[in-house]
Amino acid sequence: MGLVARHAETAGIPTLCMTSARDITRAVNPPRAAFLDFPLGHTTGKPHEPDLQRRILVEALSSFETMTSPGSMKELPFRWSEDEEWKAKAFAEGDDRVPRHDTPQYQSGEDRRRAEEGGSPSCPVCRS
Amino acid sequence: MGPVDYIPRIRDNYARLGYKTYNWVVNADTPPWAPLRKPLSQCRLGVAASGGIYVAGQVAFHYKDDTSFREIPTDVDTKELRATHFAYDLSDARTDPNVVFPIDTLRRLVREGFLGGLASRFHTFMGGIYSSRRVSEDLAPRLTARFLEDGVDAVLLVPV
Repeated sequence: MGLVARHAETAGIPTLCMTSARDITRAVNPPRAAFLDFPLGHTTGKPHEPDLQRRILVEALSSFETMTSPGSMKELPFRWSEDEEWKAKAFAEGDDRVPRHDTPQYQSGEDRRRAEEGGSPSCPVCRS
Repeated sequence: MGPVDYIPRIRDNYARLGYKTYNWVVNADTPPWAPLRKPLSQCRLGVAASGGIYVAGQVAFHYKDDTSFREIPTDVDTKELRATHFAYDLSDARTDPNVVFPIDTLRRLVREGFLGGLASRFHTFMGGIYSSRRVSEDLAPRLTARFLEDGVDAVLLVPV
């Protein structure tokens, strides 16, 4: 995502990268980043906690107005849990990577049916 | 406890799956910089997210070097959003897509006046593309062209 950020920024568009993988983001070094120390798959918050999701984005987006130096990363002041037990699993296993398939991986068979009925290969919104 | 280092762990996972070594992008230079030209409360925000979000009816992403993206209308019914991805536990994103695609959160921030507005569409993709050259030379320029077309003042990028 940092590569997209750098490209957009070069075209004159300010960007902010959210991240929960600090080492990966530090390596690619985007113009602005906000680090949320949550398990992967929760880059913008916990499920069904809209007030927390809102506070996270307000803290993060404020960086657009406060950061002045390229390559800055703000550490957001939120913790997933007191004990941080989730990190034990992440330290042991990394992410939840599964083998790659080169055919569409639908959330449900119903999605597949709807896409195959309506989503022709030429549909500009269905795929780009 | 400090942050989790993912680079060594993902490298090990790939080795276990028999994939060739992934070359992490390391940029030691100073990144480009475009300053925000007006207050956030007057800015139109664009979003690109790589959590594999699509709208029911769209063709889902596949998991192997998928450089395609989907456009998600920002007035979408959140209940119609779906998530598919090879690299993270999807259970929370499938019950509340806002954890990787903060659509309701951003609509709320517009209603509250914190943001000026949203682009009429956001963009989603899969990420995990093995070749960083394909990202730099193919995906990133196409997304940037969309941001320019959409006339956004700033872009929020949400990886997983």
